[in-house]
Amino acid sequence: MDSLSNLSTLYPEIGIVIAAMALLMLGAFRSEEAGAAVNWLAILTLAGTAAMIGLSEAPSATLFGGSFIDDPFARFMKVLVLIGGAATLLMSFDYLRGAKILKFELPVLVLLSTAGMMMMISAGSLIALYLGLEMQSLALYVIAAFQRDSVKSSEAGLKYFVLGALSSGMLLYGASLVYGYTGSTEFSAIASAAVPPAEGARISVGLVFGLVFVMAGLAFKISAVPFHMWVPDVYEGSPTPVTAFFAAAPKIAAMALLMRTVFDAFPGIIPQWQSIVVFLAIASMVLGAFAAIGQTNIKRLMAYSSIGHIGYALVGLSAGTSEGIRGVLIYLAIYLVMTLGTFAAILSMRRADGMVEDIDQLSGLARTNLPMAAVLAALLFSLAGIPPLAGFWAKWYVFLPAIGAGYYELAVIGVIASVIGAYYYLRIVKIMFFDQAAVPFLPMGRLTKLVFGVSGLIVMLYVVYPGPLVSAAEAAARALY
Amino acid sequence: MTTWPILSLVTFLPLAGAVIMLAAVRGDDAAAKRNARWIALWTTLITFLISLLIWRDFDPANPGFQFLEEKAWIGSGITYKMGVDGISMLFVILTTFLMPICILASWRSIEERVKEYMIAFLLLETLMIGVFCALDLVLFYLFFEGGLIPMFLIIGVWGGKRRVYASFKFFLYTLLGSVLMLLALMAMYWTAGTTDIPTLLEPGKFPASMQTWLWIAFFASFAVKMPMWPVHTWLPDAHVEAPTAGSVILAGILLKMGGYGFLRFSIPMFPLASEQLAPFVFALSVIAIIYTSLVALAQEDVKKLIAYSSVAHMGFVTMGAFTFTMQGVQGGIFQMLSHGIVSAALFLCVGVVYDRMHTREIAAYGGLVNRMPVYAFCFMVFTLANVGLPGTSGFVGEFLSLIGAFKANTWVAFLATTGVILSAAYALWLYRRVIFGKLEKASLKDILDMNSREIAYMAPLVVLTILFGIYPAPILDVTAAAVEKLLADYETGLKLAKAATFALAE
Repeated sequence: MDSLSNLSTLYPEIGIVIAAMALLMLGAFRSEEAGAAVNWLAILTLAGTAAMIGLSEAPSATLFGGSFIDDPFARFMKVLVLIGGAATLLMSFDYLRGAKILKFELPVLVLLSTAGMMMMISAGSLIALYLGLEMQSLALYVIAAFQRDSVKSSEAGLKYFVLGALSSGMLLYGASLVYGYTGSTEFSAIASAAVPPAEGARISVGLVFGLVFVMAGLAFKISAVPFHMWVPDVYEGSPTPVTAFFAAAPKIAAMALLMRTVFDAFPGIIPQWQSIVVFLAIASMVLGAFAAIGQTNIKRLMAYSSIGHIGYALVGLSAGTSEGIRGVLIYLAIYLVMTLGTFAAILSMRRADGMVEDIDQLSGLARTNLPMAAVLAALLFSLAGIPPLAGFWAKWYVFLPAIGAGYYELAVIGVIASVIGAYYYLRIVKIMFFDQAAVPFLPMGRLTKLVFGVSGLIVMLYVVYPGPLVSAAEAAARALY
Repeated sequence: MTTWPILSLVTFLPLAGAVIMLAAVRGDDAAAKRNARWIALWTTLITFLISLLIWRDFDPANPGFQFLEEKAWIGSGITYKMGVDGISMLFVILTTFLMPICILASWRSIEERVKEYMIAFLLLETLMIGVFCALDLVLFYLFFEGGLIPMFLIIGVWGGKRRVYASFKFFLYTLLGSVLMLLALMAMYWTAGTTDIPTLLEPGKFPASMQTWLWIAFFASFAVKMPMWPVHTWLPDAHVEAPTAGSVILAGILLKMGGYGFLRFSIPMFPLASEQLAPFVFALSVIAIIYTSLVALAQEDVKKLIAYSSVAHMGFVTMGAFTFTMQGVQGGIFQMLSHGIVSAALFLCVGVVYDRMHTREIAAYGGLVNRMPVYAFCFMVFTLANVGLPGTSGFVGEFLSLIGAFKANTWVAFLATTGVILSAAYALWLYRRVIFGKLEKASLKDILDMNSREIAYMAPLVVLTILFGIYPAPILDVTAAAVEKLLADYETGLKLAKAATFALAE
């Protein structure tokens, strides 16, 4: 197949990169007042691309000899990532204006990193995987340190960079081993080489070694325990809209990459990677649940919460079945909505003298701003997985395949961790509803309110009409396995 | 028979009331509070009246599910399905009956955040009715678990001094039990390919090897909800800290979900495990009856005393249910309904004096009969019903479940009967300390008797307590056919499971 004649498959990625360049020019030549305009244009680009991919009915295609795959799975994940990016930019205006960093670089970097994520999601070979991952990560390192005057932000960026480079190194080492033992970087070629050689024989240790290193590198990107150490610091130090972006988009892209890698490149040795995934899932769920209890800063708390949630998503992956993939996809979609909503609330913890991040500052919010408190409570209950809210369905769809595949111990540990995790979400609800009122926050910005309201509504009303998401995720899952 | 979806209507009408209140009531002034109260009262009253139509059109001879509704929902075997049978129907009525009473009982005692309070109660009503109407496991779980959220807020926001501790304990305890049930539910889905309850109720759905595990997982949830000894410790805390109406709902309805769950799921779906583990349930029930009765004797807080007595009374329910006899199961159901009325009424009685004196200490009262004769009368009726005096509704349930227990195991019946004696001891002693004696305490000198609002919600409870004590037929007739079917299914399922085990052994 002649690749160049099929470039239409790549239009979304090309569009985003061109938009990033154009916006960079626009910003560079009209530096002072261009921040807000560039931000708006970036939002439009992301939303437009999401619509274009979501509504596209083109058949699945592969480009560049299998390095780039466009299938329903990729489209599903890309739409999630794009929505995450657009929504975080949408609610970033007030914060950036307040911190005097409403500059054009941020949206441009977000666009570039989103383009990297889309490459990751579509990656069909180890080279494409690495290219996408680094394109994404480099932009993310910069925006973590975007608030230049803040020591914490710089620290976050530096930490993220050093540890990210380390994980990239591990990933590359693993990739080279995999290449060495299978003779190819293409996932499909690896898949045909990475099979147990004969009945009863063991697969080569070198290949498993490579697999372990690749998984370790990817586990760092999805922030699964024990590769999670960077998350709380980076989440806390980065400017809050950037944190929201971290929690929403890159995690989903990295998860997609992980799923693509294990199912496309290593379907022959499922038991080998399954045991790794089970370990990552258990460790993440348990650590996420316990470590969040002691947090006082809401961004740190959300960091541990996101670690825990990745653990739950991995429960679905560990089943190693099509239902499992479907579960992960639904989990990520709902997780995205809940995260965006919660961060919209965090971005609105704003008083006349600036932003606050202490959980205690939410004290008595139900008295000063009941709608905000009620919706945030719904989001938190949903994060805790209480029915009938959307978060319960997310858990339902990941635990269901785990039970079906016979992973009873994993499921029991998972639900017990979710009960422990419920404690710290309840604590926030308690602070908002049971405690005495503190000084009220400034009213929520209109755009933030929009994101907050929409995600709140989705979380509450998902139960009424769950069909479309499930069938979309099912179609996407079939494409992968 | 009506053709309109009456069950969904009854279930979601309170929710609609809550939405209307959310939209219509603004501000926090006296007018807004009044509107919120009246909207809540009318919503619950209308819901109650409509639910009476269910009882009117219910066919007691039909042992299956009636008023069936089914809609596509999630797909792959999970549907929105509602229906009631003889076991669940009366719990729906009990719920709708208690709700207006709760609203009335909160009329003056809740002055802060009235609108939110009423919304929480209406939401809770929808979820509670849903539990008893749901005919799909997932739907059931949704309602069962969703009820935690409003109850958590009710205890936490409008509760007493240690409300935070109590609300967390309530929430996490119950959640821990329920999530294990959730996993069991998933396993059932994979085994049977559906979550449709009538289909799952067909005997022989689950292999003997799975039954024990599934039974234990369901037990974890229902035993906490019930609550059975030794996982009852959340209940006294929750009761003591909850506002009066919260206690009423907790004792009247939420506790019944556990017993209902045993009858709906554990016994017919896992008959083999139920038979094998019945002695275990008996042991816990008897311990609950005797131990918590003794604990109740030592209490100094009125609400705590009644809370422990609830645990003891729920012991009769589990004991009766696991005798697998007609009398035992019917007795268990009757006991639940009767306890739903009596314990609710007792908590309301506590609420009446609490609103006046703002203390629940038994020692703070005494001699109330001199100033509050009407109150003393009501309290007496409910105390005697709590003891199980013949002629009150409490007697019928206890007596039937004891007969059932006697058939199954004489020792169990013997030990449980001592519980009846103990309950007389603590209940009558409580009555003496609160109501009789000289009115010596200065603070009680000018306490007022019940006002017309309080009499209005107490009177129907008094009437029903005595009516069902003298004439229990309406309840027993409605439940008979369904219980017969339950026991027949249980026997068939047991035979099938045993046959399968033998076949495996040979």
